[in-house]
Amino acid sequence: MDIETVASLSSFLAALVLLTAFAMLVQKRIYSLIHLFAWQGLLLSANTAVVGYVAAKHHLYISSLLTLSLKVVLLPYILHVLIHRLKIRKEIETIVNVPMTMLIGLALVIFSYHLTAPVRELSSLVTRSTLAVALATVLIGLLMMITRKHAVTQIIGFLAMENGLFFAATSATYGMPLVVELGVALDILIAAFIFGIFFFHINTAFDSLDVEKMAKLKEVD
Amino acid sequence: MTGGPILTEFLQIMLLLGAAPLFIGWVRTLKCWAQSRDTAGVFQPYRDLARLFTKDVVLAENASWIFRFTPYLVFGTAILAGGIVPMLSTDLPLGLSADVIVLVGLFAISRFFTALAGMDIGTAFGGMGSSREMMVASLAEPAMLMAIFTVSLADKSTSLSHIAEVAFSSQALLKPSLAFAFLAFVLITLAETGRIPVDNPSTHLELTMLHEAMILEYSGRHLALIEWAGMMKLFLFMALGSALFFPWGIDKSGDLSGILLAGGLLTIKLGVAGVVLVLIETGLAKMRLFRLTEFLGSAFLMATLGMLSFFILE
Repeated sequence: MDIETVASLSSFLAALVLLTAFAMLVQKRIYSLIHLFAWQGLLLSANTAVVGYVAAKHHLYISSLLTLSLKVVLLPYILHVLIHRLKIRKEIETIVNVPMTMLIGLALVIFSYHLTAPVRELSSLVTRSTLAVALATVLIGLLMMITRKHAVTQIIGFLAMENGLFFAATSATYGMPLVVELGVALDILIAAFIFGIFFFHINTAFDSLDVEKMAKLKEVD
Repeated sequence: MTGGPILTEFLQIMLLLGAAPLFIGWVRTLKCWAQSRDTAGVFQPYRDLARLFTKDVVLAENASWIFRFTPYLVFGTAILAGGIVPMLSTDLPLGLSADVIVLVGLFAISRFFTALAGMDIGTAFGGMGSSREMMVASLAEPAMLMAIFTVSLADKSTSLSHIAEVAFSSQALLKPSLAFAFLAFVLITLAETGRIPVDNPSTHLELTMLHEAMILEYSGRHLALIEWAGMMKLFLFMALGSALFFPWGIDKSGDLSGILLAGGLLTIKLGVAGVVLVLIETGLAKMRLFRLTEFLGSAFLMATLGMLSFFILE
């Protein structure tokens, strides 16, 4: 495979990552959301391996494998177990105005394109054009956390944001040093466990994972 | 042996007129197989049209000229559109004078007049159908234009013949912008031709109709012309998709062997497109009307993402 083909493959994977980000933004069912998250992880892992091939950096293969095991297998599994244990029956969630959310998402993509334009001029890496997509993925994850009301979906939005950050690191600098990546992976894993524990506490205290219900904490109305 | 471009044009319009009912028949047959029902055969649409042509026209007393004129206009624009979309050859006299934006305009004119005719008689269902159709159109047309602009950007022209030639000769397979535009185009095709997640073409329940409600008052040859034009519209969208995204085999020079090859490849492409259409239709249920904004909104999203990824990634 020559470098041009590999670069276009990497752009294609980047486009697919962006597509999954948008799909997660508007998906209403929690289980489908987790599947989409796993798909995004898979695309990310494939992209990391492709970038590793282009840049001839072998530690990227390890971080690709790490992504595969953590974000495609382990985290979705933990989320599945969590939803099962918490007995979330009503898995369909209302989102504020889907077309509007999509338009805001589009605006975020344009914004991140303009924001990363100077970097694209300076950088000489093959993957420099995917930096805008990575930033857009981060911002869309943030948007997802804002527009959702259910705690579990907010966490999925947070994890999607982390996916975007990881993607940005791969496309801007051919990946962080392996030590840092191992640390981040461990952090995410620990975070997932802590979230799980918090969910159980929230659930027992409020009988719901709807964050709007937490307004009940106020002493006076 | 070479035929003139005019002859190619003529051949193509004949193909459109002749093969559009056959394609609908193929889709219906496949659908019957998928639902393990008995089929009426792939030639049933021809028999339906022939039957309608022999029947008398029943006109409402207060029908104006719009109501009588619309079937001919709808039929005429469908034929004209058939002269623009390169199905067999890119060497089309009409293709030089009219680009893809004109094509969208032609579809819009025929839809506008159908909506007027729906309201002309003054029945409740006609007005309801017109209002629904216009709602779908107002969402589908921007998405359609956006998807087409994406393809035009990638191939640097809005002329369909030129797009087909450039897309045929370019070697790049993994173009994210074209992939997004294609996804958007599939969603728009379902909406524009009234297929299942948007509209049910075989419904008999007036309350759920979109397109059918508008033409409920038509009968005889008027209905035959409108139905035929509807079949041609589906055929045209499939041919348009083939010209924009899979232009393999479309002839450039206009000689007979090339046209025959293009015809054979078009048959295969349409056969496959029919299977995909039936898979989509049997896999999905008709959407609630007010969820259509989400459906067509995502078509617009895909088309815009295609355009953005052209600038960002290519």
